[in-house]
Amino acid sequence: MDRIPILKLGDLLLVTIQVDMHDQLALALEDDLGQRIVETGAHGVLIDISSVELVDSFIGRMLGNIAAMARVLDAITVVVGMRPAVAITLVDLGLSLPQIRTALDVDAGVALLNGLLVAQTDGR
Amino acid sequence: MAQSASDTLSTIFLDRRDELLEEWLASQLASGTLRPDLLAKDELRRESQDFLAAAAAAAQDGSVDDVNARGWQRGRDYLAALSRSRAMAGFSPSDTATFILSLKEPIFARLGTSAGGDAKALHDSMWRATALIDKLALLTTDAYLHSREEIITRQQQELLELSTPVVRLWDGVVAVPLIGTLDSARTQVVMENLLEMIVSANSPLAIIDITGVPTVDTLVAQHLLKTVAAARLMGADCIISGIRPQIAQTIVHLGVDLGDVITKASLADAVRLALQRSGYSVVKTAPGA
Repeated sequence: MDRIPILKLGDLLLVTIQVDMHDQLALALEDDLGQRIVETGAHGVLIDISSVELVDSFIGRMLGNIAAMARVLDAITVVVGMRPAVAITLVDLGLSLPQIRTALDVDAGVALLNGLLVAQTDGR
Repeated sequence: MAQSASDTLSTIFLDRRDELLEEWLASQLASGTLRPDLLAKDELRRESQDFLAAAAAAAQDGSVDDVNARGWQRGRDYLAALSRSRAMAGFSPSDTATFILSLKEPIFARLGTSAGGDAKALHDSMWRATALIDKLALLTTDAYLHSREEIITRQQQELLELSTPVVRLWDGVVAVPLIGTLDSARTQVVMENLLEMIVSANSPLAIIDITGVPTVDTLVAQHLLKTVAAARLMGADCIISGIRPQIAQTIVHLGVDLGDVITKASLADAVRLALQRSGYSVVKTAPGA
């Protein structure tokens, strides 16, 4: 079965979704990502969805679930590169996903995550 | 008198065109609805002449009674074009319909003469003539309204495009100054334009200025919140500025929860915050230095 690759990038995990998500793929991603966070001890997850043109309510909810799961495993999730049409669709579906953090592109996402991680470390 | 009623009418259009034209012009000039400021006499004569030519063509075709017949095609097209140009020029619908309706008087006079003393034939031919002219007049009114609607639709479209510009204020800061009432259609356009601009300018901050929005009701507030939520999903923060005191009161009275949306009273405050957030500082120097 297809799987979405999860790349380790220093302290962060980078997931780039380059195909249109279907439900099985999203469920597999949730499983794999949990596994990888535990294995690598990463504290930040970056999900790049700039190539995703279609979303439905299930995928929207999965994004929320993934972020919540990562939160429990002490990792912050940032979703980057969402397209305007996708954003409008999610809002129209009533999924404004307040629990996930977002950034314009991978660059901005890395900067945001590093900032958040520094703030978190200082806070401890 | 052996002629049938429609033949009488055809004969008038075919053989008495010049007399008819003169009388028709006189009747139009007498009707008082002619607008000498909008239409010259020569122009009116030309238009009347052209229409009578088209009517003669229909009579030639043998279908003078039936406005929808092929013979009247030229006449119909001519009237539609005429109504359109008159609508553009600023004539009222009744002014436009009077052009055709004033044809009744000269035609009825002719019908009276050719019927002689035969009351039944006269009634018959007048009835047919009146039905024809009324249909033609309705045609002008329809065409008039249609062209008016086209103008209105075009203006609406233009307004929609004109009133939703997205401007780049600074590196990484875009702004939409909203002017006029926000309805669902406009909000959709605003939302799409703003989100596209956020992507193309790679801008993490967007300012929505509602100084020009006269009223904010729950629907408008909801639209604004949706736009802010969509921008946030893309990774951009929105600042809503230009909230007048009355609008702030309305928002509170309506119980609208703006949540954690950043709001500022004036666009200047929003710009200051946006610059500060992107790491710029504005320093005042001595003038001319």
